[in-house]
Amino acid sequence: MGDPGRDEPLAELADDLRRMVVETLCHAQAGHPGGSLSAAEILAALFFSVMRIDPRHPDWEARDRFILSKGHAAPVYYAALARRGFFPEEMLQTYDELDSLLQGHPDMRCPGVDMTSGSLGQGLSVGLGMALGLRLKAIDARVFVVLGDGELQEGQVWEAAMAAPKFGLDSLVAIIDDNQIQLMGDTATIMPVEPIAEKWLAFNWNVLEVDGHDPAAIVAACAAAQAVRGRPTVILAHTVKGKGVSFMENTHKWHSALVTEDLKEKALTELCVREVR
Amino acid sequence: MVEMVAMRDAYGQALVDLGDRDARVVAVDADLASSSKMDLFAEAFPERFFQIGIAEANMTGIAAGLAVMGFIPFTSTFASFATCRAADQIRVSIAQPNLTVVIGGAYGGVLAGKTGKSHQAIEDMAIMRAMPNMTVLAPGDGVEVRKAVFAVADHDGPVYLRMSRDPSPVVFDDSCEFKIGRAVLVREGRDVTVITTGIMLGRAVEAAELLAARGISVHLLHVHTVKPLDVAAVAAAAEKTGLVVTAEEHNIIGGLGGAVAEALGEHRPTPMKRVGVADVYSESAPNDDLLQKYGLTAGHIAQAARSLMERRAAHAQP
Repeated sequence: MGDPGRDEPLAELADDLRRMVVETLCHAQAGHPGGSLSAAEILAALFFSVMRIDPRHPDWEARDRFILSKGHAAPVYYAALARRGFFPEEMLQTYDELDSLLQGHPDMRCPGVDMTSGSLGQGLSVGLGMALGLRLKAIDARVFVVLGDGELQEGQVWEAAMAAPKFGLDSLVAIIDDNQIQLMGDTATIMPVEPIAEKWLAFNWNVLEVDGHDPAAIVAACAAAQAVRGRPTVILAHTVKGKGVSFMENTHKWHSALVTEDLKEKALTELCVREVR
Repeated sequence: MVEMVAMRDAYGQALVDLGDRDARVVAVDADLASSSKMDLFAEAFPERFFQIGIAEANMTGIAAGLAVMGFIPFTSTFASFATCRAADQIRVSIAQPNLTVVIGGAYGGVLAGKTGKSHQAIEDMAIMRAMPNMTVLAPGDGVEVRKAVFAVADHDGPVYLRMSRDPSPVVFDDSCEFKIGRAVLVREGRDVTVITTGIMLGRAVEAAELLAARGISVHLLHVHTVKPLDVAAVAAAAEKTGLVVTAEEHNIIGGLGGAVAEALGEHRPTPMKRVGVADVYSESAPNDDLLQKYGLTAGHIAQAARSLMERRAAHAQP
């Protein structure tokens, strides 16, 4: 056994993760489909190409760190960890069950989960602390934090955004899954966060924008971030909420909703058609 | 004359000495290090000190990240801001993953340098005590503060360390034992038990003297660890006299008085009085005026003890 998934094209891996998400959510009869599906390419790019990690040694000190600040997208995180070999894929069926390591929101008792999260807005501060810790320990590793665009409404995000450039933390990479929809509706209606790129520029970050469903673009942006010294990078990934399942796309109704058996089959069929196209 | 030492001065020096001994110790501050006295650490170890500015939530999250990396972070802000403003960051990013972070609560209680209710902390111990995994310490003097700083470095899991601002009487000497979770019997007595935490220790010692002058013998138990409470010691102290006065510079709800009442209610129901802030917000005023108005002096402790004894005597009448 080599590294599971390492040789597969990232786009196909992303759709694998989507199928796993749909199966997991249907089985659990709980969870957040929309924000999990929008982040599939981001997670695929990070866990199968960008990050220096070793599933056989999840606590390897020199590994890159990952924080899912938008913790409700846990299903796609678990799918990526399972597919990458941090734990058996069958374990996904325990999602949200009593005593499971796969909690509704990520818990660091789970192999591969570097930080507990769930209450929005907290991950970037923790990532900043990790990056400071890596520097103190002279470990050359990076910290990736994935946030949602709705999450940018939390004030703590901007406290962290203000602080990271002060410390010149070029090892810190924030990725915004900008699917433009939150629980109650369009982010632009609920509480506008635009212009996002300009805000981070004003806070002295290196700002990159990508199509968040183009894995190669995400990988390239992460590489470009590595070349920038003395400044943290934020990658604004433009995505579609519910991406890959037609009836879940671009609607807040699938932020958090139950996937029935019928809808699961419909979703899986669509995702298989994507695969062979 | 009783020697007076400010807990924060003891804290600053202890942090420096601990930092000298243990390279894992790091410090994060929300622009109050000169008040908390963490500035001594900042001067001694600038590479291990991180100034985060007036952003308690961010500071708390950064501390969590440093803890994940194997460091022992101490945070620095006022007790009120640490526990109220950053409560959710403590809960989700520190207490739930059970990370070893020492949340420093400077200016605990009502003596906050004439700043008033926004800067006073009377809810901090209640909030911290309600979080699973959290240890809540309120040392009784500068000596205990120093011992607490060294004790928490060997402790696994989050700690809230509450301290007072102004000089307070030194009660213990350096030979005293400080063990997290173990209450300290300060004085043996037979008539009434006084249980204290934090800065109320000095006032309770004074109250015991006042009562002794009237022929009342006080059994004095000091609880520097409000959580986990030393239930055995509290129950034994209650059993000794059958009457308990708790004393804390905190709301009478949710802090030491609450913890002792919960424990005794289950293990040894005992008549009690809780000395503390009576569920009201305080104000800015000179220290002595505040302590007098909000019922936090030695005299208030002594009065509570006497009223318990009078009640018992009245019940004992045929």
